[in-house]
Amino acid sequence: MCGIVGLFLKDRSLEPRLGSLLADMLVKMSDRGPDSAGIAIYGEGKEGRSKITIQSSRPETDFPDLSKSLEQAGINVSMEIKDTHAVFSLPVAEEERFHTLLRADFAAMRVMSRGQHIEIYKEVGQPRDVAARFDLSGMGGTHGIGHTRMATESAVTTMGAHPFSTGADQCLVHNGSLSNHNSLRRKLRHQGMPFETDNDTEVAASYLSYRMMEGASLGEALESSLSDLDGFYTFVVGTRDGFGVLRDPIACKPAVMAETDRYVAFGSEYRALVNLPDIEMARVWEPEPATVYFWKH
Amino acid sequence: MQQFDLEAEGLRKLNQTLHALGNDTNQKTWEVINPRGSHAIAVGLDVPIEVTVRGSTGYYCGGMNKQATIIVDGSAGPGVAENMMSGKVIIEGDASQYAGATGRGGLLVIKGNAASRCGISMKGINIVVHGNIGHMSAFMAQKGNLVVLGDAGEALGDSLYEAQIFVRGSVKSLGADCIEKEMRPEHIEVLKTLLEDAGADAKPEEFRRYGSARNLYHFDIDHADSY
Amino acid sequence: MDDASKKAIPPTAPIKSATFTDPVNAEIRRAAATGIYDIRGGGAKRKVPHFDDLLFLGASISRYPLEGYREKCATNVTLGTRFASKPIEIDIPITIAGMSFGALSGPAKEALGRGATMAGTSTTTGDGGMTEEERGHSKILVYQYLPSRYGMNPNDLRRADAIEVVVGQGAKPGGGGMLLGQKISDRVAGMRDLPAGIDQRSACRHPDWTGPDDLEIKILELREITNWEKPIYVKIGGARPYFDTTLAVKAGADVVVIDGMQGGTAATQDVFIEHVGQPTLACIRPAVKALQDLDMHREVQLIVSGGIRTGADVAKALALGADAVSIGTAALIALGDNDPRWEEEYQRLGTTAGAYDDWHEGRDPAGITTQDPDLMSRLDPVAGGRRLRNYLKVMTLEAQTIARACGKSHVHNLEPEDLCALTIEASAMAGVPLAGTNWIPGQGSF
Repeated sequence: MCGIVGLFLKDRSLEPRLGSLLADMLVKMSDRGPDSAGIAIYGEGKEGRSKITIQSSRPETDFPDLSKSLEQAGINVSMEIKDTHAVFSLPVAEEERFHTLLRADFAAMRVMSRGQHIEIYKEVGQPRDVAARFDLSGMGGTHGIGHTRMATESAVTTMGAHPFSTGADQCLVHNGSLSNHNSLRRKLRHQGMPFETDNDTEVAASYLSYRMMEGASLGEALESSLSDLDGFYTFVVGTRDGFGVLRDPIACKPAVMAETDRYVAFGSEYRALVNLPDIEMARVWEPEPATVYFWKH
Repeated sequence: MQQFDLEAEGLRKLNQTLHALGNDTNQKTWEVINPRGSHAIAVGLDVPIEVTVRGSTGYYCGGMNKQATIIVDGSAGPGVAENMMSGKVIIEGDASQYAGATGRGGLLVIKGNAASRCGISMKGINIVVHGNIGHMSAFMAQKGNLVVLGDAGEALGDSLYEAQIFVRGSVKSLGADCIEKEMRPEHIEVLKTLLEDAGADAKPEEFRRYGSARNLYHFDIDHADSY
Repeated sequence: MDDASKKAIPPTAPIKSATFTDPVNAEIRRAAATGIYDIRGGGAKRKVPHFDDLLFLGASISRYPLEGYREKCATNVTLGTRFASKPIEIDIPITIAGMSFGALSGPAKEALGRGATMAGTSTTTGDGGMTEEERGHSKILVYQYLPSRYGMNPNDLRRADAIEVVVGQGAKPGGGGMLLGQKISDRVAGMRDLPAGIDQRSACRHPDWTGPDDLEIKILELREITNWEKPIYVKIGGARPYFDTTLAVKAGADVVVIDGMQGGTAATQDVFIEHVGQPTLACIRPAVKALQDLDMHREVQLIVSGGIRTGADVAKALALGADAVSIGTAALIALGDNDPRWEEEYQRLGTTAGAYDDWHEGRDPAGITTQDPDLMSRLDPVAGGRRLRNYLKVMTLEAQTIARACGKSHVHNLEPEDLCALTIEASAMAGVPLAGTNWIPGQGSF
């Protein structure tokens, strides 16, 4: 049970302000999710290079150690540390080796996201503190998704925080509670999908990844989730060049959208949107149940 | 006119101030500025005053209202005018889900569209929506009238009791036990008054009436699929 | 074989199936004849691990008991200390659970109010809204805020002493249900804005919020309407007590009420009553653990209900960490429900004293679960109130007796460590050692 925010910029001049706009939206949803918070930020990627965001509970020692190991292995990386997270940028061709090394020697560190454009930051704590730790306000980008979590059944941990990464440059956040996630997790595990938490949202994320691995488009995967996922949900998904919204057919969990010439925004409540530029002039509406919405650059 | 800056002074003070007013107050008109999507604005009022909220509100604006007229000069979040007893709540923009839920009296006017579950469990309130309404509206509605100038979403009037629904536009689908009924002169009369009170420019004759088939009033195994 | 030798063979004894028992077969025949599930009142009748499977250790040499009648053993409880400016003070750790006017007659509601008031405790409204009988006769009245919102209005909200947001009840966690039409009299129908005599279908979710994130906002609204004075309880059925308690606290509750599967109901499907929810005994420790994990034990009070009958039950629930208990069925029995004096009439209804549960049919010989004027006149609310007062006093004395024997000057000082369990099941559920051992099965997670 949670708060969701999302911001997709159409006007490129707003890009330097993405983080600060999103941070304000996120903090506004603190009441809905005081346990943990997270954000996925999408920026201009560099051709031929991958970004991998790693989290560590011992960032002081882990990140320099990892950096050194990578250097020794001859993998050409740059590293930017933000609190408990570090973003590694490396040639796409080296990604495989990077992961092998990580799994072998740094198993305690966790991969938050990978792709050309995405960075995911998430931690336990009040949204305001989480946003400050990562200096979210200072980040720029093309679009972003944020989440504040009030844990229902699964543990309050960093990995249990949203967004959940669903594959390269993909992520998912969720407000609601799924009622068939245990069976579905068993099924997906059988298909070889890895799981890190007992969280229902991770199952939804994994489900979408699996469907897309099978060849479905994101839209098709979302469409089929309507019949395969049971329970209550409002999902917001992020991709390299856009974001999508889907509410379950009952559509009890709140969702408000706003669109102007400059942006498309999503909030669990209107409160999240009040500081966006010219919000008074925006077209504000609620997404229909069981309908896939998508915005793309 | 009294002006109240919600952001500067806070929700508690707003409701406390409005609750403290007596029926004979001469502070009859109020303007609330900077609502910024806040919840529970002007809830539990019981005094004949007019409160205009300049901007959009969060959940439960005007909840359990008695006597007062509350105008939202913007859009309203979930559960606007929930359980209203009397008085009037007017939304200039759109209303989110559960508008007028369980309302027992008074008039709720939504100038824009209303989302899902408009008039859910209504118990005597009158609701007039100038635009469209979302799915599951008037679910389990017991009493009162829901008037829609635009279109209605899916499962309109599901498990309906004795509330009446009037829709001018299309109805995507009717819920269990809800059927179209004959529009008789007494219904035209009721509708005419409601449309006037709501400042709606529409003719009663253009509407269709929906009500309960009353098949679920006494359990019958042959209707079990509707449960 | 001649006749004589045939007679010499002992006949096979007829053996009835343990699976297809007489009641099961009767229910199959009833279902086949009517096409409707069985609806009844009361709580689970099946045997489940219960407080009877726990024992107190008492004091001896390592601990010292308090002298009965002389040394004080306090029983008062304050409810709603977290946010409410006017918390509730009750003299005994036993309250009367929510029961609706409609399910119960006016005189029965009045008797509950009188008895509870004399005993220094609270009573609770139910699905039918607040009646003058119960407000007038209850010094402390908790007003239930239910999915149906029948009769809901701000005046009653303000003249209540506390508000109980009902998310679920032990007899049917997650259920709405259907109350057949026989009891919807004109007065009941009027209070509920329903046509008289029809079946009443009730919703399982609240009409204007879903989930803890919305509930937090709903609680804010209720507090704003009532000037932040009233304690706000959140009542949940015994389903996932650890998570549900945690979320009720996060949503802003002052008091959490957990109702186990033995908790009664006016009318619900039998299949629901007997097959959904956890035994009361199994609900307490996870709920207390949730409060402790949030550092809110005793800060947010916990009320436990569902099958509480005696002072021993009360003491055991408190020892496991509850702040108070709530009784419904027991209170009705104190008023005269299922009394053998009406046996002849129970027989005529096809049942027997102690088994009558067709509360929804409105033909209660004891005049309690009925709206029939002749039947309800059988219950004298003054005498009924006195009986309830007596019963509450006895339970309190019993709980005090046990607490003193364990050396406690307040019943809240009872602890899980004062208990042992007779069965492995009860040991696991209550989280106390099996008698004679230091073994608690299933420790580690819920």
